Amino acid sequence: MSGFFKSSIGRKVAMALSAFFLMFFLIIHLAVNITSLFSEDLFNELSHFMGTNPLVQFALQPVLILGVVFHFVMGFVLELKNKKAQGVSYAKNNGAANSSWMSRNMIYSGLVILAFIVLHFIDFWFPEINTKYIQGDMSGMHDGSYRYFHELQHKFLSPARVAAYVVAFILLALHLLHGFTSAFQSVGVTAGRKKAMQTFGKIYAFAIPLGFIIIALYHHLNHQS
Amino acid sequence: MALDSKVPKGPIKDKWTDYKNKINLVNPANKRHIDVIVVGTGLAGGSASATLAELGYNVKAFAYQDSPRRAHSIAAQGGINAAKNYQGDGDSTYRLFYDTVKGGDYRSREANVYRLAEVSANIIDQCVAQGVPFARDYGGLLDNRSFGGVLVSRTFYAKGQTGQQLLLGAYSAMNRQIARGKIEMFNRHEMLDVVIVDGKARGIIARNLITGEIERHSAHAVVIASGGYGNVYFLSTNAMGSNTTAAWKIHKKGAYFANPCYTQIHPTCIPRSGDYQSKLTLMSESLRNDGRIWVPKNMDDVLAIREGRKKPTDLSEEDRDYYLERRYPAFGNLVPRDVASRAAKERCDAGYGVNATGEAVYLDFASAIERYGKEQAKIQGIDNASKEKIIALGENIVEAKYGNLFQMYEKIVDENPYKTPMMIYPATHYTMGGVWVDYNLMTTVPGLYCIGEANFSDHGANRLGASALMQGLADGYFVLPYTIGDYLADDIRTGPISTETKEFEDAEKDVRDRVDFFINNNGTKSVDYFHKRLGKVMWDKVGMARNEKGLKEAMAEIKAIREEFWKEVKVPGNANEMNPELEKAGRVADFLELGELFAKDALIREESCGGHFREESVEESGEQKGEAKRNDKDFAFVAAWEYKGEPADAVLHKEELEFNDIELKQRSYK
Amino acid sequence: MNLTLKIWRQKDASSKGQMVDYKVTDISEHMSFLEMMDVLNEQLINSGEEPVAFDHDCREGICGMCSMYINGEAHGPDRGVTTCQLHMRMFKDGDTITIEPFRAAAFPVIKDLVVDRTSFERIQQAGGYISVNTSGNTQDANALPISKHAADEAMDAATCIGCGACVATCKNSSAMLFVGAKVSQYALLPQGQVEAVDRVKNMVAQMDLEGFGNCTNTGACEIECPKGISLDNIARMNRELMKASVKG
Repeated sequence: MSGFFKSSIGRKVAMALSAFFLMFFLIIHLAVNITSLFSEDLFNELSHFMGTNPLVQFALQPVLILGVVFHFVMGFVLELKNKKAQGVSYAKNNGAANSSWMSRNMIYSGLVILAFIVLHFIDFWFPEINTKYIQGDMSGMHDGSYRYFHELQHKFLSPARVAAYVVAFILLALHLLHGFTSAFQSVGVTAGRKKAMQTFGKIYAFAIPLGFIIIALYHHLNHQS
Repeated sequence: MALDSKVPKGPIKDKWTDYKNKINLVNPANKRHIDVIVVGTGLAGGSASATLAELGYNVKAFAYQDSPRRAHSIAAQGGINAAKNYQGDGDSTYRLFYDTVKGGDYRSREANVYRLAEVSANIIDQCVAQGVPFARDYGGLLDNRSFGGVLVSRTFYAKGQTGQQLLLGAYSAMNRQIARGKIEMFNRHEMLDVVIVDGKARGIIARNLITGEIERHSAHAVVIASGGYGNVYFLSTNAMGSNTTAAWKIHKKGAYFANPCYTQIHPTCIPRSGDYQSKLTLMSESLRNDGRIWVPKNMDDVLAIREGRKKPTDLSEEDRDYYLERRYPAFGNLVPRDVASRAAKERCDAGYGVNATGEAVYLDFASAIERYGKEQAKIQGIDNASKEKIIALGENIVEAKYGNLFQMYEKIVDENPYKTPMMIYPATHYTMGGVWVDYNLMTTVPGLYCIGEANFSDHGANRLGASALMQGLADGYFVLPYTIGDYLADDIRTGPISTETKEFEDAEKDVRDRVDFFINNNGTKSVDYFHKRLGKVMWDKVGMARNEKGLKEAMAEIKAIREEFWKEVKVPGNANEMNPELEKAGRVADFLELGELFAKDALIREESCGGHFREESVEESGEQKGEAKRNDKDFAFVAAWEYKGEPADAVLHKEELEFNDIELKQRSYK
Repeated sequence: MNLTLKIWRQKDASSKGQMVDYKVTDISEHMSFLEMMDVLNEQLINSGEEPVAFDHDCREGICGMCSMYINGEAHGPDRGVTTCQLHMRMFKDGDTITIEPFRAAAFPVIKDLVVDRTSFERIQQAGGYISVNTSGNTQDANALPISKHAADEAMDAATCIGCGACVATCKNSSAMLFVGAKVSQYALLPQGQVEAVDRVKNMVAQMDLEGFGNCTNTGACEIECPKGISLDNIARMNRELMKASVKG
């Protein structure tokens, strides 16, 4: 089995498995965040649970980070290998004739998403780690109430940040548009063939980023300062 | 030298079995000390290489393409015959044997054909075991179709790609042996001479087509499986690289060349569209099952169509001449290939050809579409179906049967054959003649074998549809591997054959001199220029219909072209690099010699038989008036030619053909 | 029609190549692309230049010998055809046509437009066969019924002509459509089951060794394949390899 993941197909399967995990995570993340649109309390409750539950914090969170790192590193490794396999490049290449832009530019949509994750970590994750584990404040409280919702709204004050988020989510949509069916194809499910699966992939690829965009825009437009 | 066919004694049905029982064998431990060279890796060469290697011989296989899988066997569409009688329609070894001999117009060797029919069933077993995806019925058993006007369904097929699938089967068997180190594969290599040591074939000289290097290869026996020589016509359905060089070189070193004039002109090819045409594309014969062949009755309509003033669909039934149905009411559009081809030529020579070159007739599916459409309407219970509905229904059926062919036609000609009749014209397709071999498939040179289309043995003067694949694989899988052992049994103590001998040196020098000649000749005309001229002479005078005057002219003209070729041919580039023009020059030089012998063979055969039609030899009266007339009294022989320098000086040796198990009859399709 | 051709010229494997411009005139729309190349070569020979070397043989779309990357696409702009079946009616008078060899590190250029595809050979030799002796003593062909569906699907996979367009087209120079087709043909047939585990492992290992890239499922190969080999074959190969790895 160890030989399997060294083969080209094994790597592709690994890439797909990490993608499945990340796609599942996106659903959870969106599900939590979407509550901020209609219930401040629910959002705070959920956020506090996620932020303090030891299973989430010390098991799922490291796995998630590993998954993200793996997906990126593997993506780069494969890209470099594939570049090498190409040898001399064509003087004229009409890629649009036989494949989608998304499928040919996963590395670029991926890079934008990577940049976004860095920004996202600076925005939320680092302050969070700082508060909880360096300052040791596990209460989740600020001025007598949960701080999560207010922090969220506060971040989306800046139009530049909202714009950056929107752009990143559009790229995420493009990434998912190819990535969803691609991951299934890689593990041997011929997703591209089955109409229902294809439709579901499209819905997923649009709905998830759209959800995040709506959240960002909503809080930008409806903040209580 | 008197020709000895070495046909074993005894009743025909026991010959092969008895012979195999008594033949000399090589012990397995000794086989690994014996080398065999196989030139060509199509169905015959590929299957022979794989089987010989599996038996334990060290095989060196040569192909001019970059992979054995690309040999032109791959282009066969229709299928492969085998006397399996899976359909229970009365097929048997004898019936396949009978059909093949009759189809060959009684000019093949009975014992060889019987053996072919006998091993045919094994081929299917073998190929299925290899994973060849033959067509199957819903019960999971193998499907058959009927083919070429025989009375049983015995043709196995894999979509329209039977040749490719069978070749991939042989290729996979080769790959297994290459991986085991038992076959050494030389891709992009061309054999340019055979080396004879002490009267036995002991090696070849080959050119590495990438580096231009001239190489010596030795072996205890040499097998030539290099295919047919149809490209002597320049335009044929053969691949661009198909050539006679290997066969011709061994002819020049002592192997007799038999019946070169037996060539099959296939009636349903896509016509030539202009002078730039490089090759012709075959449309499967199966199209004649549903297509009706016609030309306009009136010359006015012919001209109007050529000038684009009228469309073929504008012509009413009365204005059309369904000439096959008119001349051969019993068989109609399903007459054998040679008859259909000559009839098309006859109409076009009379000026009724329907395209700009004047060399095309219509193959019309309109009535089949209507017939199938009405049938479908009835089946689907549609009353008073409109004409459009009937046509749509009919087109669906025709598409299911011939969709890929129609699509191919449309890609090439840019016309929709569902709406307007196809244009077809005969083209050179297969050569029944070839190197003379005995029952062991050995040529007149000891240790030199010839198999597949390259030899002459099984198809007589005309080949039945779906029999070429059968013969190639029979020779390679089941015949040669036995018979070669009989010869090699004497070679177990010979040891490795050295290439450092005078014979190899001389042969290599000849090859080098010839290569250098071409490179340094600095002539004024390209190789293709000469090849096209040769092709035109062959087509016009040694084509579908031949006569004494034309053949004599052809011999003189070919000789003249050959002389001019050697003076004026221009080969750019160098010898020590990949040089496609140099490759072509060598091949055309050999065609220019073969062409003359071809005409000479046609000249001495003063009868019409199978693919060979002499205008002087036709029925003078009665129902068969004007049809081909065979002369069994004077010409029931194989014409085997011995090389004596100029092709015109070749010496004829006759192998008389005896028919003990089949009664000779006149073919009639009226 | 009159055309400008930009063609890759390279003397041999070790030389550096470059694009060279040529003009051809009076090209008929009924010519095949290779016949147009014949016209160019005849013109070059007559003017004392070296003709352009290109691979071709059957010229009816089945041998898989012809290659060429024409205007940025393997086998040119038409669908379901090889270069030899591509006709000049796909182009217009005055067009400039860029003609390059198939590019991939595993397909090194031999000369001009001729590339070395023997990497495909070695992949096939690694396991693209069923180990059955050609002795003629196999069981009767009908002793093993195979469902029509499986036979038809195997046939669809087996139609691959090994031309390499999939590799040439793939932005990653991946050979997975080619290998997937071969693995699939045998995986779909009962005869292929006995060696299924070793076959897929060995063929994939050889494919990797030859330096082909990794599939990212762009689907370009399927579109450019002259025989329409389906991406399903790649998915099937992936499954086969996973199965084989679990079985050990």
